[in-house]
Amino acid sequence: MASNAAVPFWRAAGMTYITYSNLCANLVSQCLKEPYRSEALNREKVHFSVSKWVDGKPEKPTTRSDTPE
Amino acid sequence: MLRRATTRILSHRRHCSTAEALKVPAADDLFMVAWKRTMPNLDPPKTPLSFLQPRPSTASAASIPSKMTINLVSSRSSGLSNKQVDMVIVPATTGQMGILPGHVASISELKPGLLSIHEGNEVTKYFISSGFAFVHSNSVADIIAAEAVPIEQVDPSSVQKGLAEFTQKLSTASTDLEKAEAQIGLDVLSALNSSLSG
Repeated sequence: MASNAAVPFWRAAGMTYITYSNLCANLVSQCLKEPYRSEALNREKVHFSVSKWVDGKPEKPTTRSDTPE
Repeated sequence: MLRRATTRILSHRRHCSTAEALKVPAADDLFMVAWKRTMPNLDPPKTPLSFLQPRPSTASAASIPSKMTINLVSSRSSGLSNKQVDMVIVPATTGQMGILPGHVASISELKPGLLSIHEGNEVTKYFISSGFAFVHSNSVADIIAAEAVPIEQVDPSSVQKGLAEFTQKLSTASTDLEKAEAQIGLDVLSALNSSLSG
């Protein structure tokens, strides 16, 4: 079995495949004509709130949102 | 009480399922029988098998079908399903790969590039951002991509602008990560550029 010799340059720089794939997809979306461009960028909008738990208690939640309030 | 019933049924299934690994039953007979035995009054739940659409069998190497069946699946754009075509050319990392009916089964990673589907005299082109292509031995090909956009939806001026921007980013990049990102940008955009002209 060959050792993992030729790693892709992005993996050597510390990037995972998912990050690479999403980066490529975003680049392609940015090069689309309207209205496809706004549709593609709108599809990827997220809105969620995350709270970490320490010692069995939730900390203050942080909200990540792409939609303007 | 219900949880114990389901675990009992599932453990019963696990013993018998290896023999049937090759053929996919149309309905979940074994599960239904076990369900009715333990819970005759409750409606059986829908199992994943009932949602599964049967695929053509990968069995005989005798006949090579005349057309390829392709499924183009994309997480961010609409795709194709069960389309009968003559040939499809995918942008694999090892180069443009043409897939004809009767192609040997293979899995290839795709790089950003042009996917062209040849059906009769017409050619439909999609730009794939990255993904995988699975070819099965029954001339069914699954192409999975993050973004698969018809080439007509690409805006040439944005591509040129992006190329200039990323060439500049590459020269000013300091960390490995920035260099990698700039390089990726250049790769994607130059692939877009050549697919627009080619």
